[in-house]
Amino acid sequence: MYFKKNFNKSFNILLLRILIIFVFILVSFFIIIPLLPLFLKSFSDNKNNFIGLENFINYIQNPSLTQSFINSLKVAITTTFFSVLIGFIYAYALTRTRLPLKKFFNTFSLFSLYIPPLAVAIGLIYIFGKQGLITQGFFGTIPGFDINLYGFNGIIIGEIFYCFPQALIILVSALNLSDQRLYEAAESLKASPLRKFLTITLPNIKYGLMNSIFICFILSFTDFGVPKVVGGNFNVLATDIYKQVVGQQNFAMGATISIYLLVPSILAFLIDKNFQKNEASLISGKSIPFKPRKNLIVDSIMFIFCSLILILVIGVFSSIVLASLIKIWPYDISLSLQNFRFSNVAGNGYEPYFNTVFMSIYTAIFGTIFVFFTAYLVEKFKPLKKIRMLIYFFSTLPIAIPGLVLGLSYILFFNKPSFSVPFLDFQIFNPFSLLYGTMGILVLANIIHFFTVCFISATTTLKQIDKEFEEVSESLKVPFYKTFLRITIPLSLPTILEIGSYYFVNSMITVSAIIFLYPAKIPVSSVSIVNMDDAGDTASAAAMSTLIVLTSLFVRLIYEFTSRNVSKKSSVWINPLET
Amino acid sequence: MKKLFSFVMGAAVIGTALAPSANAWWWGKKGSEKASITVYTALEDDQIPNYLKSFERDYPNIEVNIVRDSTGIVTAKLLAEAENPQADVVWGLAASSLLVANDRGLIQGYAPKGLSNVKPSFRDPAKKPSWVGIDSWISAFCVNKIEAQKKGLSIPKSWADLTKPEYKGHIVMSNPASSGTGYLSVASRLQNLPSEEDGWNYLDALHANIAQYMHSGSKPCKAAGKGEYPIGISFGYRAVKQVNMGQPIEAVFPKEGSGWDVEANALIKKDKIKPAAKTFLDWAISPEVSREYAKSFAITAVETDVPLPKGFPSNPEKQLAKNDLQWAAVNRERILAEWAKRYDGKSAPK
Repeated sequence: MYFKKNFNKSFNILLLRILIIFVFILVSFFIIIPLLPLFLKSFSDNKNNFIGLENFINYIQNPSLTQSFINSLKVAITTTFFSVLIGFIYAYALTRTRLPLKKFFNTFSLFSLYIPPLAVAIGLIYIFGKQGLITQGFFGTIPGFDINLYGFNGIIIGEIFYCFPQALIILVSALNLSDQRLYEAAESLKASPLRKFLTITLPNIKYGLMNSIFICFILSFTDFGVPKVVGGNFNVLATDIYKQVVGQQNFAMGATISIYLLVPSILAFLIDKNFQKNEASLISGKSIPFKPRKNLIVDSIMFIFCSLILILVIGVFSSIVLASLIKIWPYDISLSLQNFRFSNVAGNGYEPYFNTVFMSIYTAIFGTIFVFFTAYLVEKFKPLKKIRMLIYFFSTLPIAIPGLVLGLSYILFFNKPSFSVPFLDFQIFNPFSLLYGTMGILVLANIIHFFTVCFISATTTLKQIDKEFEEVSESLKVPFYKTFLRITIPLSLPTILEIGSYYFVNSMITVSAIIFLYPAKIPVSSVSIVNMDDAGDTASAAAMSTLIVLTSLFVRLIYEFTSRNVSKKSSVWINPLET
Repeated sequence: MKKLFSFVMGAAVIGTALAPSANAWWWGKKGSEKASITVYTALEDDQIPNYLKSFERDYPNIEVNIVRDSTGIVTAKLLAEAENPQADVVWGLAASSLLVANDRGLIQGYAPKGLSNVKPSFRDPAKKPSWVGIDSWISAFCVNKIEAQKKGLSIPKSWADLTKPEYKGHIVMSNPASSGTGYLSVASRLQNLPSEEDGWNYLDALHANIAQYMHSGSKPCKAAGKGEYPIGISFGYRAVKQVNMGQPIEAVFPKEGSGWDVEANALIKKDKIKPAAKTFLDWAISPEVSREYAKSFAITAVETDVPLPKGFPSNPEKQLAKNDLQWAAVNRERILAEWAKRYDGKSAPK
């Protein structure tokens, strides 16, 4: 240990402190402060009179609450179980086996995330609805099978579509970093595969596993897109918020329910935090990356499993493509390309599509930089422990904030020209209000809306990289930013690229927050999908969705191409002797 | 590392190259020299360009920026932006929503040119009305003829028919708690039976037949059009439109009369009201654009010579049931609470 003070070191620490405080301020202004006005509303009526806890009591006394709450819990638990299970097997297949056609499965792993939620619903209805292909047995050629889509079943299928890729992202980054030496040691001790799995694999990824459970639980607990379209009469808390805010313009009650929604998230955070305490890093300077060996049985089981998952996802996508080509489902199934000429149905033609692509590119670039840097500061250093804890806590909150609550909070905060200082007749100009009505607000809303998964994915990776790197550089008087640029970033590049592509695909499809925020001059395609569908043009909505899916797929292929080069480099970094 | 570096640099170069063209998006507020107004509307996306043609022709110097969303979203946006309103004008939003906005002091009364042409029941009676209607939308049933025949159902002709046991599980309607159209039907039933109590008894009987309450006004009709459910309680314009699209739908206007609401315009109150906003409101009730409205709506606020669109009943005004918009607005919270207590507290049937 080097306690000797020198200029270099104290400068290093000072710079770190400044950066941590700077990030703390940013995170507060983008996450916590915008939420305050809305949450204050939960203590007042719609005319802004303070009424204390009345809203909370009213809502509890409403008999539908307990039912909605239980329903939400049921949905969240079931979805989490299946999503994490599927996500884990898929991730394991990608990282720890010699899965045939691995590149293909990797490219398509997040495919269900590329499909706009409304399109997923259209697809599910075309397959499992009352007139669906499977329900009607492919137009009566085989016996049909009705899964009773509307209600619990539909919600679960839709939520798994949405959650399993998120679990996958985290589990892939957890499984990616591993130490071959441990497995070699186990082998020389003649440990059985099961024992290796239970004593090496599982403990090594427990942090990622815990996080993916946390993410899936909260996402499915708070999501309203899926229940809104296939939920039937199955009420959940998120649809209750929709009814209050959009149906009845009752922001106060909407805010009240949002607070109820935050409770499990905060509990989950506390559990998560407690769990992390005894966490040691995995990848040390001496680690050797894991090399899966051929195993015919495991590899073929994995192949069948991954294929089944993809068949279902691609099936839904195909039915969307079909929907974009079919004239009147299911009565006149002649095909045409008419529906891709959007100017027929909406004035803006292709403009919303290009706006969305740019919005997503900006979100991916700025969001990835911001998220990774935040995670790095929180995870790797010792100063300002309490503030770092707070940043961590704030960063886990956005996932629990339903998009429509985030959108409304952003209007209330960013559309405020100035703040009044209490008790003084004095106004402070709100510099953030300059963002309102620009592309910037959309990018910011997206960065924050999808912050948590990216943040957790980044911390998962960073945790697995030994802190020794920082300690050694510190003792060698190398400033931390050099270590960051030369070691941390190259080592984390696969995850960084993953975060970028996650931001991109989510921004391509997101509706809930953006629908409140998009400026008149910047129409976006996810909103036009909703509008086209509103106007009865399911086919055009499906056509636009198809374009969006293909764009995300294209970006994924670029990612795939770069990350292949990159991961070679990062493994070289871990073990320079290999080449 | 080199390759990676060149990739990052490449991305940065592309980004910078795109930046100038993207500038207009980043700083969407800065427009061209033209006068420009922002219009919030809930009119349907595919109609808007047709309507706007005559405005663009007559006022080439006014740039109109349209923000189109569903009624609930537009209203929520308006209320959330109250401190610093972004919209100059609201065009074609449910009068019941405008009543809420007016209640919060967001609307500036304005008497557009040609106000005298607007039928009295289609405007706020004040001298400077807070809202002025352009058309009326009325509730109607969408009945899928093919599915009804397959299931051996007769076509329902009245609200009373819908409570017959044969329709059990075959009807979908909009949830009044999330959709104005749903509320329209509920409020109309409560006002058009001998007493409100009878109204609730009717809704009890209807509830027994409902398969699903859906979260949007047009959804029940769409579901009927796709054959998901044979009968959807929705609104007239929607039903007629789907008939014209070639779906096997029959648009049924119930014998007892339809619930209705007005789609209306309003001027948003702000420090600097642009003259172009008033020009727009004047134009929005002009006979020329009213003729365009009349091509899709059976009832317009300004009488036109356009023949009734195909599929509507021959005397549409007669189809309107008794409806007091003010009563419906004032009692909304109470009615929805009662409705939710009776029908929404249960989990899915089955």
